[in-house]
Amino acid sequence: MSRYYTDEHEWVDVEGDTATVGITDYAQEQLGDIVFVETPEVGSELEQGDDAAVVESVKAASDVYAAVSGTVIEINEALEDEPALVNSSAEEDGWFFRLTLSDPSELDDLMNEKAYKAFVDGL
Amino acid sequence: MSMLNEGRPTKQDDNIVVPDQNALKTHTGNRALMVDEPLIFEIGSPDRSGVDLPEAPAVASRLGGLERGEAIGIPGLSESETVRHYTRLSRQNYAIDVGLFPLGSCTMKHNPRLNEKIARLKGFSDIHPLQPVDSVQGALELIYQLAEWLKALTGMPAVAMSPKAGAHGELCGILAIRSALEARGDAREVILVPESAHGTNPATAAFAGYKVEDIPANAAGRVDLDALKARLGPDVAGVMITNPNTCGLFEPDMKAISEAVHAAGGLVYCDGANFNAIVGRVRPGDLGIDAMHINLHKTFSTPHGGGGPGSGPVVFSEALAPFAPLPFVEKTQENGPNPHFHLVEEETAEEHHGNSFGRMVAFHGQMGMFTRALTYILSHGADGLKQVAEDAVLNANYVLRSLEDVLDAPFAKSGPCMHEALFSDSRFTNGLTTLDLAKGLIDEGYHPMTMYFPLVVHGAMLVEPTETESKAAIDQFIGAMRSVAERANAGDELLKTAPHFAPRRRLDETQAARKPILVWQEPEEYAEAAE
Amino acid sequence: MRYLPLTPQDRQDMLATIGADSIDDLFVDVPNDVQLDGPIRDLPMHAGEMAVEAHMKKLARNNSAAGDMPFFLGAGAYRHHVPASVDHIIQRGEFLTAYTPYQPEIAQGTLQTLFEFQTQVARLFGVDVANASMYDGSTACWEAITMARRITKRGKAILSSGLHPHYVSVAKTMARFTKDQLVSEAPTLEPITDSEDLLAQIDDETSCVVVQYPDILGRITDMSALAEKAHSHKALLIAVVTEPVSLGAIKSPGQMGADIVVGEGQSLGVGLQFGGPYVGLFGCKQKYVRQMPGRLCGETVDAEGKRGFVLTLSTREQHIRREKATSNICTNSGLCALAFTAHMTLLGEKGLRELAMLNHKKAVVAADRLAKINGVSLLNSSFFNEFTLILDKDTRPIVRKLADQKILAGVSLGRLYPDTDELARGLIVAVTETTSDEDVEMLARALEGELA
Repeated sequence: MSRYYTDEHEWVDVEGDTATVGITDYAQEQLGDIVFVETPEVGSELEQGDDAAVVESVKAASDVYAAVSGTVIEINEALEDEPALVNSSAEEDGWFFRLTLSDPSELDDLMNEKAYKAFVDGL
Repeated sequence: MSMLNEGRPTKQDDNIVVPDQNALKTHTGNRALMVDEPLIFEIGSPDRSGVDLPEAPAVASRLGGLERGEAIGIPGLSESETVRHYTRLSRQNYAIDVGLFPLGSCTMKHNPRLNEKIARLKGFSDIHPLQPVDSVQGALELIYQLAEWLKALTGMPAVAMSPKAGAHGELCGILAIRSALEARGDAREVILVPESAHGTNPATAAFAGYKVEDIPANAAGRVDLDALKARLGPDVAGVMITNPNTCGLFEPDMKAISEAVHAAGGLVYCDGANFNAIVGRVRPGDLGIDAMHINLHKTFSTPHGGGGPGSGPVVFSEALAPFAPLPFVEKTQENGPNPHFHLVEEETAEEHHGNSFGRMVAFHGQMGMFTRALTYILSHGADGLKQVAEDAVLNANYVLRSLEDVLDAPFAKSGPCMHEALFSDSRFTNGLTTLDLAKGLIDEGYHPMTMYFPLVVHGAMLVEPTETESKAAIDQFIGAMRSVAERANAGDELLKTAPHFAPRRRLDETQAARKPILVWQEPEEYAEAAE
Repeated sequence: MRYLPLTPQDRQDMLATIGADSIDDLFVDVPNDVQLDGPIRDLPMHAGEMAVEAHMKKLARNNSAAGDMPFFLGAGAYRHHVPASVDHIIQRGEFLTAYTPYQPEIAQGTLQTLFEFQTQVARLFGVDVANASMYDGSTACWEAITMARRITKRGKAILSSGLHPHYVSVAKTMARFTKDQLVSEAPTLEPITDSEDLLAQIDDETSCVVVQYPDILGRITDMSALAEKAHSHKALLIAVVTEPVSLGAIKSPGQMGADIVVGEGQSLGVGLQFGGPYVGLFGCKQKYVRQMPGRLCGETVDAEGKRGFVLTLSTREQHIRREKATSNICTNSGLCALAFTAHMTLLGEKGLRELAMLNHKKAVVAADRLAKINGVSLLNSSFFNEFTLILDKDTRPIVRKLADQKILAGVSLGRLYPDTDELARGLIVAVTETTSDEDVEMLARALEGELA
């Protein structure tokens, strides 16, 4: 399994042709208490860069873009009752959705952990 | 002597120690005049009522077999309990009647009580919107007179009276723009909105089917005219500009902006939320705009009522007038001895108002606000309204100059402000923010200023004192503001837990949003829901 | 000027503090050529209370007030007795002159009343939740249609022919811009509503069916079958209630399966006011709450654990979502909502039910009396406090003529549907607790005179 990051503060775990997507710990820290996550519908086709999900704090709604293209196969239903998972475990239990990759070559342009850390340190 | 020493003691024991009130508890949890009030669902019951009704006639019902059998769950109170319930609740509210209310862009000025009296005259309050027009000539004339005033004050040839609030007025203006463009076969797609705009502007444009693009601001907090000109083109339907803008500044290039937009085939919408700063002194019609809503609850002081009702008439240029919505009031026999007022509705519209974009509300708009606004306008007159704008601007500049040494004022260097003064939290230390200053102001007995708006300034604080405050009241407010600002600059930890003296401490908005409880539930269900 | 506290000396002192010579210095950003040199010409100067009052009273006198004569108008606005304490409560300065409760620590009064209002509305409508109010019934109705579009992702709304024609007109105006498709027709003079027709029209493209209950002609119909059919096509049932008092007598739309229920709350506490301000009611099932427009008040706790209320779920709203908001609405009808909730609290369930039955039974008596007139027949087999009479002449001229005789006879269908000749002989008559037997008799005699 390998993990990728985007400069929009999303992480992508890839196993075979399945990718799991969430927002980074840095992002949840910046957003503050998450009160609601709107996930995409299972079956929807996402192009890289599309609006894929919305994450809401008390005062703001932030769009989460599709880090890679693919078909949504599963959403994290636990977030419906417990959006706080994004705060407590952004990069594990607080994942947003899984998709089947339609173009694995898109991963080439994403960052690895080290690069993302450097990116965040530079902000 | 007759040594009368019965009755209450009048001398306090010198040895008594007055304890710290914070350490004391009361049986009820109340503190003298600060009294918690339960919900009607906790104190009322379905079989109690504060209304006595006559017996219904003894006839069979004809409800089509749909009688409501089950309990509805609406508790009642007697009149005495009802009056007390709401009176106690009212005392947990801040209001203009209680003190200065410096909420920038919201214009919390005194609400004259004559306006309330007039609105309650039965000839205005007890007439039905669908009465034959001959039976409501006075009401129609009132709408007509207010419309004439609004046209004269703005220098615009037409006005739509029916929009129910500012945002509804914006929608009215944008729909007229869209209709005018479509009428000339011009399907433009983009509305340009400054970054500093109120959120209703982009929401309105999107609702009307437009794509919204930002217009950048320059360093002086104004629309960047060159950037705007560069973006104009055949796809731009128009611009929505707030003037005076949301930073409390007049747009000096407004005429040039209008000219450029018109030259590119677009139309100009002006958000009139801040018209109170220029009323009687500048006519927006002279700035080349095509449509502008007027918040009667701001400029003409109809009461805000804890969040509405508002009223948002829209004035139009010649270009947009034919597209104004229905219904509206027309005067006939203009020069005759008995002028007659009639309503142009759907049926008569076709003859001479066939381009109207349609109807926005069921009836004729916010009559109850029209009566109050016209009363306010007649009380002030042309001279008083001009003075309103001037005093509002004077008070705001006085606040600006009295606080700029303790609070960052991002645009103060570039000149005077209009009716509101903008500050930021950039000098605060120890992680303190605008929110903390706001809550500190509550402890000082004030409603805070507008915070975190406009979005273009970090930690924005927008202070609008309005013209109905005395110099003494403003000086006192400045004193409070200086004190709290100095504490914030010094990093006073205590501000982080303010307010300390309000009916409630800071409320947990995260919990409210994560598990929304929007209606009262019986305690059993309550306990389950909270699990 | 009695509302302006600054004295000339204050102004001088303040200008000195600012460092300006005159007020004109503060308007330097306004180009000279658009600044007026004095008060706008040809407009009156300021006036005292007496003069203004005299002017306004003259206008007020030139209207026929409903309370001064027999009065039978309804069709979306109803005359009810408003208890004296309601007006006292809404004139408390702490309610009247407060702002939107954005600082909850010092706005619990407004917030708690909104929470109580939301609960009352939800229970009255038979739905899970309600918002803090909308502008009025007609705009709430359109907002419900757009909400159904967001939920179902379909753009075709089927409007019942019994929906108030002005509500239809508002929806049509908006739909032209939003490209929603609306199916609607004028009503026909049948004793029963168009439920059967609506059932046949629901298909897989339908976002919602919009049904007024009781409808514009006063007819009442069971909406359960419509809800079922709509749900089987994954469409929603929107019920519109223009007379909320009716729900003290008849089943709630929620009980029949409605997904969204909207209405006009003017009947309780608000008064006629020539059409505004009124108060839009908006409720729905819990699962749709995040698609709702308008303000919502929610319960929470403060830092000491005490119960308190805040505005919540505001990420739906324009000030955060901007162009992605559920609506551009930025206000509610706060003071009217307060009047509504205070009136409802005074009534309580017992009072509401009594009031509803009083309205209904008075209407039954009136309907039977009026139907006895030669040349008058009663359309409805069922109704609440409003019914439709069919005259053997066009009603519109008659209504005008009776108004001249100080009898406000009702709303002619000719006024509401000027383009539909078949409806020209219809008259909608509303009867409430304020209508006396003598009023009914006067109307009956006047109609007899006109139809003789």
